[in-house]
Amino acid sequence: MKRSRRLRLPALALLAVATLAAAACSSSASSSPSSSGNNSSAALTASAPGITSTTITIGGTTPLTGVAAPGYSLIDPAAAAYFSYVNAHGGVYGRKIVFKYLDDQYNPTMTASVTRQLVLQDNVYGTFLNLGTPTHLAVVNFLNSEKIPDIFVASGCECWDNPTTEPETFGWQLDYVREGKILGQYIAQHYKGKKVAYFYQDDEFGMDGVKGLDYEIPASMVVSRQSYADTNTNVAPQVAALKASGAQVVVSFSVPAFTALLKLTSLKLGFNPQLVVSDVGSDAVTLSGLLESFAKQGGATVNGDSLINGIVTDGYLPAYSQTSNSWIQLFNKVQAQYDPSAPKDDGNVEYGMAAAYSFVQAMLAAGRNPTRADLISALNAGIPQGPIVAPYAYSSSDHLGATGAYMGTIENGALVPQGPVLVTDTTPTGAITTYTGTQPQAPASGVPAAP
Amino acid sequence: MKAITSSQGLRILGALVLVAVVVLLLSIRLNQFRDYQIAEIATYVTAVAGLTVLTGFSGQVSLGHGAFMAIGAYTTALLLLHLNWPFYLVLVISGAVTAAAGALVGAAAARLHGPYLAGATLLLGVALPAVADAFNGAFGGDQGLNIIYNAPSSFGPNFPLTRWQAWVSTLVALVVLLLLANLARSRVGRNWRAVRDNEVAAALAGVNVAWARILAFIVSAACAGLAGSLLTITTEQAEPGAFTITLSIAILTGAVIGGLGSLTGAIWGSLVVVLVPTFATDVATSHGLSTSVAANIPVVAYGATLILVMLLFPHGIQGGLRWLLGLAGISSARTRRPAPVPEASASPHEFLLVREGNPHGSNKKEDTQ
Repeated sequence: MKRSRRLRLPALALLAVATLAAAACSSSASSSPSSSGNNSSAALTASAPGITSTTITIGGTTPLTGVAAPGYSLIDPAAAAYFSYVNAHGGVYGRKIVFKYLDDQYNPTMTASVTRQLVLQDNVYGTFLNLGTPTHLAVVNFLNSEKIPDIFVASGCECWDNPTTEPETFGWQLDYVREGKILGQYIAQHYKGKKVAYFYQDDEFGMDGVKGLDYEIPASMVVSRQSYADTNTNVAPQVAALKASGAQVVVSFSVPAFTALLKLTSLKLGFNPQLVVSDVGSDAVTLSGLLESFAKQGGATVNGDSLINGIVTDGYLPAYSQTSNSWIQLFNKVQAQYDPSAPKDDGNVEYGMAAAYSFVQAMLAAGRNPTRADLISALNAGIPQGPIVAPYAYSSSDHLGATGAYMGTIENGALVPQGPVLVTDTTPTGAITTYTGTQPQAPASGVPAAP
Repeated sequence: MKAITSSQGLRILGALVLVAVVVLLLSIRLNQFRDYQIAEIATYVTAVAGLTVLTGFSGQVSLGHGAFMAIGAYTTALLLLHLNWPFYLVLVISGAVTAAAGALVGAAAARLHGPYLAGATLLLGVALPAVADAFNGAFGGDQGLNIIYNAPSSFGPNFPLTRWQAWVSTLVALVVLLLLANLARSRVGRNWRAVRDNEVAAALAGVNVAWARILAFIVSAACAGLAGSLLTITTEQAEPGAFTITLSIAILTGAVIGGLGSLTGAIWGSLVVVLVPTFATDVATSHGLSTSVAANIPVVAYGATLILVMLLFPHGIQGGLRWLLGLAGISSARTRRPAPVPEASASPHEFLLVREGNPHGSNKKEDTQ
């Protein structure tokens, strides 16, 4: 008995040695970045980690499962679909883009883990379209200290704009402060003398939005400010307070589920104000579907499209109702061929494809054999306007993306743009002006031209 | 002390030193992401071992250990952010603060049994992370607290942070295992098992039942607090989204799947909890499956692993390994002979007590009251 127990230690040691031997065999050889020639005839080289002569491998984190997955899980597959289209049409200087997106379940611990997997194990060139404010905040420091390009965070938080301390990180979508200002100006101008109330999510998204609204709406107009936590689906107390305040206009910085809850609860309490909703929470297809499914859970039948009729919102990408728009036609074409299972006219799909287009623009600007620093320099130098209706803000001192949006209303289940594109900055006093330029057409090839 | 000088104590020490050497060599050989995973596993081992003490040894269930990890994590983040104290000090304080929280919860829990205790701890696990949202200013709300943590400069400027994280986490996990193994074999551990198996008999034998139960909560919470502290320095953040009920369930899963009542099982359980989803993701994404299918494969694989382990090894992986070793004839007498003094790693007989005997025991207790 005693003897056999002693045998166990040597056996364990042997096992350990075997494991180590196996590990030693799989040790990786790192490729050293070589010279980068950027003239058009230069051979394609492995100019940076994640770049070979034939591929550019990038990574991303996004919720594919879990509470945040409905809607958001469509974004990265749509981006990957656009990359497939580009790859089939010559790629980026001949290289194919490999987009490896991993599920983080919208859990910051998971984000921290899968981001390290992408960077430390898969050796991606950079990360792209990492989704969510709390999730991405968990890895911003890591990505910047490893000097990994952190391109186009899928969140409108102002917090991605720290060019000196976080030079690798760039936003993309219209930030919530600019959006708040644009919505705020519209409210101040169109609902003069009316009582306005705020309904917003109790985090950076809602608070950045409220910041922008307050820059434009006189405090005397605001009769009530109600926030909600996205973990509590009972918004009846907030809606009762909104009703009690006598608000005639309710402006909502909410995610789609809570826009739907706001609408349904208002309906229940016999409260029918004019709704003004942030772009994030107003995607017509998502909203209409949510309203119908929530009502069904409560044992009622509603017509989602008719409930959202007349909601005022804004948009920074062309609307699907503009069927003759060249960008909409391009995205529909790519979707039909490479992402056919995704729902039609869904804002998340458009978002993914448009961001992917912008990424290809940035990669082209970075040169034929780019290092990681080349991509950052290219974005700091600015890239030409693309699918976003306003120019990008990118410069060495500004890492946010879209600078403006148009106002619109939802009619018959679709966003109908109204009025010009408005551009502004994130400062309290920065003017909101009409964009005088014109958005370029989508290229006929569907792939941005090399600079 | 007596325990550690005994031959079994030496064997435990030897095994832990061996694990330490293996981890040390692996951390140098493997890539940095594997280092990070070693840190993740060690973090889980620390928390799961704590829960093993609570559930396996003292017979109390907790569905809210994620909340204790949150307390440790936020304590660490706040101390590092505002006072910038050295990490080892912060680690100890985090453990102590969480132990204090464990004492509070334990005092309440000592009055509860079975489903009521599960419900109360579940409440804790669900509610506590919301405190971070309620006190936005101190805890940073939904975005939490982000810290910047570097490897000590004495290791040189190019020492990988992930390797340092792997080392620290493994060291903490092994020290915790060593201490728990000794505690379990001491009078305290015997009292816990007596209380677990039959509270009335334990009380008649002179064991202070309430104190034994509270002490188990304190020790268990301290482990979770240390784990939370490790999580903060590996992920460089403390955010409410990290401490959802899913985390509490994952810790319990680790304890059950590894083998409830066995500290070695905590290691197996943690390996499963951390590695199976990553492995399944790698397999799923490398086979060109559609996103909707590939995204759900890790979830399916994780669930299937749990079901399989429970079907094949009802006593957890450690129980299964013992059984296999027994079949192969390698096993010592430990598996067949009822141990005169219960050991840190329980015999199959003891598993039965944990799994079946205890609920009846506690029900009886309630009936008599």
